[in-house]
Amino acid sequence: MKKTEYLELYQQMVVIRLVEERAAVLYQEGKIGGFLHLYIGQEAVSTGLISARQPQDRVITAYRDHGVAINCGISPREVIAELLGKATGISGGKGGTMHMADVTKNFWGGHAIVGAHLPLAAGLALGDQYQKKDGVTICMFGEGATNIGYFHEAVNLSKVWNLPVLWVCENNHYGMGTAVDRASAVSEIRQKAVGYGMKNDLVDGMDLMKVREKSLEMINEIRAGSGPQFLEIMTYRFRGHSMGDPERYRNQAEVHKWQENDPIGIYRSYLLSSKISTDVELEKLDHVAEEIVEDAVRFAESSPEPGAEELFRNIYVEEMSGD
Amino acid sequence: MAKITMRQAISQALWEEMERDPNVFILGEEVGVWGGTYAVTKGFYDHFGPERVKDTPIAEAAIIGAAIGAALTGTRPVAELMTINFAFSAMDHIVNEAAKLHYMFNGQMVLPLVIRTVGGGGRQLGATHSQTPDAIFAHFPGLKVVAPGTPADAKGLLKAAIRSNDPIMFIEHATLYQTRGEIPDGDYLVPIGTSKVQREGKHVTVVTYSKMLELSMKAADLLAKEGIEVEIVDLRSLRPLDMGPVIESIKKTNRGIIVEEGWKSFGVGSEIMSRIYEEAFDYIDAPIKRVAQKEVPLPYNSTLEQMALPQIEDIVSAIKEVM
Ligand SMILES: Cc1ncc(C[n+]2csc(CCOP(=O)(O)OP(=O)(O)O)c2C)c(N)n1
Repeated sequence: MKKTEYLELYQQMVVIRLVEERAAVLYQEGKIGGFLHLYIGQEAVSTGLISARQPQDRVITAYRDHGVAINCGISPREVIAELLGKATGISGGKGGTMHMADVTKNFWGGHAIVGAHLPLAAGLALGDQYQKKDGVTICMFGEGATNIGYFHEAVNLSKVWNLPVLWVCENNHYGMGTAVDRASAVSEIRQKAVGYGMKNDLVDGMDLMKVREKSLEMINEIRAGSGPQFLEIMTYRFRGHSMGDPERYRNQAEVHKWQENDPIGIYRSYLLSSKISTDVELEKLDHVAEEIVEDAVRFAESSPEPGAEELFRNIYVEEMSGD
Repeated sequence: MAKITMRQAISQALWEEMERDPNVFILGEEVGVWGGTYAVTKGFYDHFGPERVKDTPIAEAAIIGAAIGAALTGTRPVAELMTINFAFSAMDHIVNEAAKLHYMFNGQMVLPLVIRTVGGGGRQLGATHSQTPDAIFAHFPGLKVVAPGTPADAKGLLKAAIRSNDPIMFIEHATLYQTRGEIPDGDYLVPIGTSKVQREGKHVTVVTYSKMLELSMKAADLLAKEGIEVEIVDLRSLRPLDMGPVIESIKKTNRGIIVEEGWKSFGVGSEIMSRIYEEAFDYIDAPIKRVAQKEVPLPYNSTLEQMALPQIEDIVSAIKEVM
């Protein structure tokens, strides 16, 4: 990577962190509705992973999608505007926090039904395979999603049809309040790939460079025709499942222990120790990130609401008469 | 008579039935350690223990399928689907198994099963998480569908459901949990399949249920100031459907509207209206009107979402149109 690319990844992580922290405040101010699932603690997962994709590679994820959206190139302005339900949001204010997408950037969305997007990912890959395109579909999901039938149907199908999918399980140890071993027969999720005869691996999700290297390797192999592969990425969410989480299921000592492994801190140390960057330079980037996010909040707050005519737009491609 | 919230009423019904009958147990996502996503089962895990308050993986088909199986052996499971939007992931087991087993095997199989779930919009949860698909479930003979609108009914109906030997969908409303109401003292049941006049009036009949009962009551208060006396019939159960009080009321007022939160097309209102025309055509002085959700997937933006959902003003103007 060129130096600018290293710094770009640092900046992306900091921007995601700040967007999420601002979102929490906006939520408390009553400006964001619904559920709000923050990505704080998991930034290195999507930043490392998506840095390894080519433009033709598709990305699809679950409802914890703000960070992924930013890594895919959606501007913080469009993300925060969507959180505020504004017309300038990436889904025009109609999707909300759980439903962001920008297909022009090959980001196929945030999907809010657990596991339901995995068969879609198989289909995206099928479409590419059918049309002899060389894209790889990157499908992200939580470890909790590997207990629903959709997961097994999709992963099996991808192997049977040799579809170009990278299945990426973000193992943040809890599905809502349920610890992985209370809900999954195997705690090491990658074991499930073994059952489908699928090449698999495991990587530390707090370390951006490790995530990036492993992702590059697997995506390259899949593009070369290896068939689907499975990557389990170990991570942790520092905040509750969503904003209304009483967090009775874990103790603060555990949270603090993980917070010591802050993915931004780890990457920062790496940039410093390998002499790619300096404290002064990174601090400058921190400031730039702050400005980007403050600008995004101002943009979103001053943006218009979607007009009433939007209510009935895009129900179908073809306009219908009658209702 | 005590005044309690809907949440407390449902919680009390569950608690009392579990105390009364050791065969009653709860299973579902986050019902235990978390205390229920809507805090209905808070304290249950500590009191009844993990054997009777079972946290499940995110696996709706397995939750309902396993609950059916356990019910067949003589236990009385109360299976919770976190929201009704996730019932689609268990649809096969609800409609092809639960609704059919007793009939198809000529009465040999008995499944005392309650599926507790939560529906409704208005919380900016977006299109996938805000639905009111009650009518879909009421379509299937073999399944009973209950949807209370007051704490008193919720408690009595849930207790009756748990004691019933048939599979029952018990649909709560996400924005009714804080609603307060008087409940009778002691152990009481409300029979499933009985409609109830919740407000007496002589000028016009409103047929409704669940959350729309609350809105209809407020509309009736407004109209009372203009001298219009509204009678409100609360269906409480969609199947079996008790048309008695509806027909009686229509015969008295000769005018009516139907208010439901779900979509109008092929909905609850369609069914009620047909039956009124079939059973009381000669008594109707003005075409019956329906108030329902606009025919769009619910948008995230709050203004648009409220535009799509039935409002008190919609009820008021529909009533005025039939007067
Ligand atoms: C089919 C379905 N069931 C239940 C839910 C409610 N729900 C939303 S997120 C979640 C936990 C998911 O955990 P995991 O897949 O590990 O992802 P994480 O939240 O940890 O990112 C649950 C149960 C849902 N959205 N869809």
